[in-house]
Amino acid sequence: MPRAFTPKVVTASDLLEGDVIYLTADDQWSRHLQDAEVLTDEAHAQLRLLHAERQPDRLVGAYLADVAQGPEGPEPTHFREDFRRTGPSNYAHGKQEAESNV
Amino acid sequence: MYNYTEFDHAFLAERNAQFRAQVERRIAGQLTEDEFKPLRLMNGLYLQLHAYMLRVAIPYGTLNSAQMRQLAVLAEKWDKGYGHFTTRQNIQYNWPKLRDVPDMLDALAEVGLHAIQTSGNTIRNVTADHFAGAAADEVADPRPYAELIRQWSTDHPEFQFLGRKFKIAITGAAADRAVIRAHDIGLRIVEQDGARGFEVLVGGGLGRTPMIGKVVRDFLPEVDLLPYLEAIVSTYNLLGRRDNKYKARIKITVHENGIEKVRALTEEAFVQRRAQFSGVDQTLLRDIQEQFAPPPWRASSQDAFDSLYESDPVFRSWADTNLAAHRAEGYAIVSISLKAHGKTPGDATAEQMRVMADLAERYGHNELRISHEQNVILPHVHKSDLPALHAALKEAGLATANIGLISDIIACPGMDYCALATARSIPIAQEIATRFNALKLEHDIGPLKIKISGCINACGHHHVGHIGILGLDRAGVENYQITLGGDGTEDAAIGERAGPGFSADEIIPAIERVVLAYLDLRHSNAETFLQTYRRIGLAPFKSALYPETAVAAE
Repeated sequence: MPRAFTPKVVTASDLLEGDVIYLTADDQWSRHLQDAEVLTDEAHAQLRLLHAERQPDRLVGAYLADVAQGPEGPEPTHFREDFRRTGPSNYAHGKQEAESNV
Repeated sequence: MYNYTEFDHAFLAERNAQFRAQVERRIAGQLTEDEFKPLRLMNGLYLQLHAYMLRVAIPYGTLNSAQMRQLAVLAEKWDKGYGHFTTRQNIQYNWPKLRDVPDMLDALAEVGLHAIQTSGNTIRNVTADHFAGAAADEVADPRPYAELIRQWSTDHPEFQFLGRKFKIAITGAAADRAVIRAHDIGLRIVEQDGARGFEVLVGGGLGRTPMIGKVVRDFLPEVDLLPYLEAIVSTYNLLGRRDNKYKARIKITVHENGIEKVRALTEEAFVQRRAQFSGVDQTLLRDIQEQFAPPPWRASSQDAFDSLYESDPVFRSWADTNLAAHRAEGYAIVSISLKAHGKTPGDATAEQMRVMADLAERYGHNELRISHEQNVILPHVHKSDLPALHAALKEAGLATANIGLISDIIACPGMDYCALATARSIPIAQEIATRFNALKLEHDIGPLKIKISGCINACGHHHVGHIGILGLDRAGVENYQITLGGDGTEDAAIGERAGPGFSADEIIPAIERVVLAYLDLRHSNAETFLQTYRRIGLAPFKSALYPETAVAAE
């Protein structure tokens, strides 16, 4: 039996910065996972991924990442996506640095 | 040290201009990522987990002070104030912006540095013994040969699209500090009947299929170096597999075809290649060798060193661990640890880079080395200067006395940075170092090499760690496998897997159990971890690692 489709977001790296970005429901790219559009339908998810892949002058390496719905929006279900959401663990760099500067 | 010629400078300028145009075209949307990716990789630019990463070559790990200062400028101006020195004697910047990379490459070219062939399926940065030209046990300085190989391999049209990346390491001493047995080609300078040549090994490598290199030639005359290398690489280029990237390295070619076949094909190709070398390579080699002439040694009293060694236990401890024997009377080789307890192995801040550059200029004949163990070496320091040098290092947080000890850990960037990684390496290294520093056992334990990789590609050389740690993803959780008994020296060995892996929470106590078991099992303080392991084997350590299993089996 095919495995049931689990919720996903479209994520990629920003072309200029290399920074992790997420596709929002209004076709923007956000640096915050909580802004991402959560995709629960497989066909729709594939269309959204195609939409992302048609923007090579904006981003690199788009793919669908697993998430779970949390109280404040989507949350990663795998530790790799969690690190992409925050930044490295040896320095407060990456997104965690940007957030501390807000 | 080798000084770039006008040709070298012009070559770098042209190459950088070419890449600048490629970046502009990518940003303008005139190149797709599929088109751009091989171009950026040819210039050392990766896209990692959080950002781009620029890998800069430090040929055979040798730098002068001006080059080190320029690395500091890059760290400050285009990165986050630090750089990461790697097990390939390179430096990596983890946060560059795409638009800035051409400027970074131009800044590197100003001091004769570049990022060419630090990526891609080509001959990578040639690595060498980090004590080259200084070590007391050396037959000859390997760096002129490494420079010759660098010039031969850079943009070599036949070897730009090999089946996989290709790594060459060279040492001039019997003691292998360049891990030559775990390289695609390993070269060791030897002398036979008064003639200089090389022992040539082929087919070593780590990664998912670790193998120790095999001797393909006991003695290759010096004059035949380039045609013989060309024969090996061309044989691999033809014979090596391209159907499966995991089976494409020359170690697999050697394994599947046998060393005899690889040797026969190489020797056959060598005859043809040899005829094409007119001898200009040997003229070039002589020119290069002149540039690696040793600095003028001075004769000074070492009373100041002796006196401080007797009176200051902190200095004595540092001298005992961080100094190595130099070929010249009154001199020492200084290893500067980039492994302060709890810090990221291999990282240096821009300020620390400048301090090391200043100290090299003042006390070290303007020369620095990057070791494959992610430390910085000042190869020529007179002992009379060591007290002042140590004081300056202390002030900069660079005087950690732990070279070769348990906290001198090799760690790849792991999942904190690397897009290929399956688990983190850096925090594990930090925690081990912090834990054993707290236990105050480090110096009692003595020589012990822990090496950590965050994935099966083994950039952290875990297979040849006395204790190796491999981070993996097990059902969405970081998990760490332990191997024991690995060795990267002239007695090279691949470590044995101890058993099931440990979670991130369990791995530090597990390492502690192994080390405490060693302290119980060793004959005396003089018996190292590796010697004990080789004497008693895996079983006692396995019992320490998995006490529940050991009890159940009783």
